[in-house]
Amino acid sequence: MELFTNQVLAGIATGAIYACMALAVVMIYQAIDHLNFAQGEMAMFATFISWQLMQWGVPYWAAFVITLAFAFVGGIAIERILFKPLAKAPILTNVAGFIALFAIINSSAGLIWDFTIKQYPTPFGSSPFLGSQLISTHQAGMIGVTLLLLLGLFFFFQYTRIGLAMRAAASLPESARLVGINTSWMIALGWGMASAIGAIAGMLIAPVVFLEPNMMGGVLIYGFAAAVLGGLSSPFGAVVGGFLVGIFENLAGTYIPGVGNELKLPIALALIISVLVVKPAGLFGRHIVKRV
Amino acid sequence: MSAAEEVVAEGHEAVEAVPKRAMTLSTTTSLVVLAAFLIVPLFAKNFIIFQLTMLLIYGLAVLALNILTGGSGQFSLGQSAFYAVGAYVTAVLMEQFNVNYALTLPVAGVICFGFGFLFGQPALRLSGVYLALATFALATAMPQLLKLNFLEHWTGGVQGLVVTKPDAPFGLPMGQDMWLYYFTLVVTLAIYIFSVNLLRSRSGRAFMAIRDNEIAASSMGVNVALYKTLAFGVSAGITGVAGGLSAIAVQFVAPDSYNITLAISLFLGMVVGGVGWLPGSFVGAAFIIFVPNMAESISKGLSGAVFGVLLFLVIFLVPHGARQVAIVSQQLIGKLKKN
Repeated sequence: MELFTNQVLAGIATGAIYACMALAVVMIYQAIDHLNFAQGEMAMFATFISWQLMQWGVPYWAAFVITLAFAFVGGIAIERILFKPLAKAPILTNVAGFIALFAIINSSAGLIWDFTIKQYPTPFGSSPFLGSQLISTHQAGMIGVTLLLLLGLFFFFQYTRIGLAMRAAASLPESARLVGINTSWMIALGWGMASAIGAIAGMLIAPVVFLEPNMMGGVLIYGFAAAVLGGLSSPFGAVVGGFLVGIFENLAGTYIPGVGNELKLPIALALIISVLVVKPAGLFGRHIVKRV
Repeated sequence: MSAAEEVVAEGHEAVEAVPKRAMTLSTTTSLVVLAAFLIVPLFAKNFIIFQLTMLLIYGLAVLALNILTGGSGQFSLGQSAFYAVGAYVTAVLMEQFNVNYALTLPVAGVICFGFGFLFGQPALRLSGVYLALATFALATAMPQLLKLNFLEHWTGGVQGLVVTKPDAPFGLPMGQDMWLYYFTLVVTLAIYIFSVNLLRSRSGRAFMAIRDNEIAASSMGVNVALYKTLAFGVSAGITGVAGGLSAIAVQFVAPDSYNITLAISLFLGMVVGGVGWLPGSFVGAAFIIFVPNMAESISKGLSGAVFGVLLFLVIFLVPHGARQVAIVSQQLIGKLKKN
């Protein structure tokens, strides 16, 4: 039983990261109807920035905040320069654009910081949490930061004017424009926020997976899986999906014989495909009725 | 309107601007290109012949994807999985069962057709980004599946298999590379002609009707489920043959050669060549083979970035890929003739 609880808690902790990535993916999906395949690389680059700042002697939380600001501005810049002109292009062109962005960021990070694996500090420490053997302080910290972030986002979207405007721009852009909302800038804002959320995920997972240019590959795939599982049109679903995928991944690795670490990914993905086949819009997604 | 339908709608507008037979090249151009493919290797070094062989093989794989996406409007980021299965079928048959290399290709094609047809069944319910993700998952899972313990007896596990390169038959005075090139060229030509005819046939029109408007197609009596899975099957089958050829040409198969990078390369090849334009597949194949090499020679560390920047240039300057270039040049030639 202890093994089970342990695996579930560890699953919740990694699930928190997947939830962040999924949330970032969903935010951009809501804004422009495309999946951002470069989301993980953007997060990785931001994590490297924070690492560099700490190497220069900036304390952890200061580096954290500066990196968030950098990621926010960077996300907006990417949208303005690269993807705004592609807004009317076919979806295939957009996917190619995301892949190009992926290649550019990955290769530049490799050139600047090289491909060796680096240690990344945790602000919470790695001792057992409150004396319990079940979960480490860093894992508890990951869950805590994610919950804070979710709460913040909830209040932002529910109770602020800009949050309301962003929701309007995402759900009915034409009508939003009619009531005077600058939808184009709302999309850019969505990119900035998604980029910052991704950066948080990157900085939280870096002590676990270590820092290197390819660190977000697996995390992004799980993030996609989480977003799809919860439904791409539902930020709430993305978060639930993230935790579910995290827990399932750990339990499958522990209890299904012959799975181990190697087959965790295929098994998790098989689960996602089966969910999609049964419920194509995801667990919490809106089902769109098609017309001729 | 789902995302996939939007692609299709956009694609459709692009199609209207060009003549009806825009899927292929004109007869004269085709013959000139074919002649070039026949003659160039006679004067080239072995390494260049090998690269041309790879160009044809990747071209076939991109062509297969083009039938699926350009033809029936379905996405796939998982072509590398079918490519891997084809390569492994050929390698295992040649090395473990001593089957002649030419005979392994139809087997690879048929097995991949079945595999694709079966994968098409659950994929029926998915569209647009969801389908892209499901196939993406397939491509990610494939290298892991090839490493499975109980298959190791045949597949060689992580180490992979070494494949022997065939000699030219009937005592023809040709090197192995050149023989393999001409052999690949014949296979490619056969599949190309088959694909052109397929897309012009009743089934091809059914594919395109589904691509343009699924519900309208079904109300006209097209069996949507059958044709969608069929498109998956045909596409996977052709990709499998390409994979089989690649196993012979590279002389080696290993799980990690068939990773997500390969799947993405094939996808990019299709975008660069122009979606739905069959000859573009080979232009796209040239892009994904030669541009990374060029990028490497410009700057070693930055090759990924150079590749990305070039890709952005293509997207911004010619969003419909090589097809757009072809149409524009055709119009220019037409104008010159008038004057």
